[in-house]
Amino acid sequence: MLAFIIGGTICVLGQLLMDGLKLTPAHTMVTLVVSGSILGGLGVYDDLIAFAGAGASVPISNFGNQLVKGALQEAQKTGIVGVLTGIFKITSAGISAAIIFGFLAAVLCKPKG
Amino acid sequence: MLQGHQTWVFESKPVIIGSAAIGGPFEAQGNLAKDFDLLHGDIWLGQDSYELAERKFLEEACETAIKKAGLKKEDIQFFLSGDLINQIMPSSFTARTLAVPYLGIYGACSSSMEGLSLASLIIDSGFAQTALVGTSSHNAACEKQYRYPTEYGAQKPPTAQWTVTGAGAAVVAKDGEGPHVVASTIGRVIDMGLSDPFNMGAAMAPAAVDTIEAHFRDLNISPSHYDLIATGDLGRVGHRIAADLLTQHGLDIPVEKLTDCGILMYKESQPVLAGGSGCACVATTTFGHLLNRMRKGELNRILIIATGALLSPMSYQQKETIPCIAYAVSIEM
Repeated sequence: MLAFIIGGTICVLGQLLMDGLKLTPAHTMVTLVVSGSILGGLGVYDDLIAFAGAGASVPISNFGNQLVKGALQEAQKTGIVGVLTGIFKITSAGISAAIIFGFLAAVLCKPKG
Repeated sequence: MLQGHQTWVFESKPVIIGSAAIGGPFEAQGNLAKDFDLLHGDIWLGQDSYELAERKFLEEACETAIKKAGLKKEDIQFFLSGDLINQIMPSSFTARTLAVPYLGIYGACSSSMEGLSLASLIIDSGFAQTALVGTSSHNAACEKQYRYPTEYGAQKPPTAQWTVTGAGAAVVAKDGEGPHVVASTIGRVIDMGLSDPFNMGAAMAPAAVDTIEAHFRDLNISPSHYDLIATGDLGRVGHRIAADLLTQHGLDIPVEKLTDCGILMYKESQPVLAGGSGCACVATTTFGHLLNRMRKGELNRILIIATGALLSPMSYQQKETIPCIAYAVSIEM
């Protein structure tokens, strides 16, 4: 129930950005990712995940959170260069999956319009 | 001959001796399916890109119109065409296939009536005996050009319109059997400051109203002169705005007489949001459905007001508003 409400609220925010502020889908997505990364940097986002589970971890805002988290973790281990090497560490599965499945879909399918 | 400020009256009444409409699968499920000469089951037409498919639609429309006029390609003296793709590619490539003297035009979705006006002018002035007018649009190519590629799956608001996939063409001649083009009102560019490319109907409605008013003022006639007055393609949203504006301006057109090509094209059950749009919307509705009704004797005098939103992807990115235009063409049996 909490997951439904929190996850739904994040989606409503996205919809409001598109309908109310007339942001493009790309701008909306970037806004949510950046918001997630700021909340992640402040350490708030993980509390939200603990509270709402998949409701906070599935939306794109968690991608921003994970980017920051990976960068911070790696920075602690290896110093400032870790910000660069760690940023895609946690999110690499998601990014690789997007590229590989995107590629496969493009090879196998033809858009219908 | 110029009458009033902006209306051409064609004294020799050029004749539309042949016309054709070609459509895609979505149009085949629509209201006007039986008025198309050919309907395709897919939107690729065996081509490698949507743009090439659009060219194919236009080529077929031109070939069919020429054939129905009882002419050969060589009999066409001038070809006028426009579409929505960068640098009107489908039109120019069709002109390459036809290999007749060509005038490329751009009036966005109003291209069909801009072309018909100019073709009638050419015939009326005696500069040619036969001219061919064509125009096309393609849903997927147009989305790619102006909005987002459909594969991207971006959401659309209910005011958005569905671009017709297809093409329409008409052969205009000095003599022959068929509906006559009697007058054309050339519109002014009207920009009411709207900038939402997902609500073109509202942006174009004032342009349609301006041209309709000019038409009746210049010719000193009333709406009762016509059996049908069809704007295109304002869709449901723009149609209502246009009807309200006309009433406000004291030009009362009975509800049953005023219609819109964007509304006529599709069934209410089809997911087209506010209605049809695109160059092919007015072109296929007029050159197919409406001219067929005239030939059957159901309509005697009609006024087609094709509207065009003259935005470009560049002007949209630079946050410009949408200038709009409308051309009114009066056709009599």
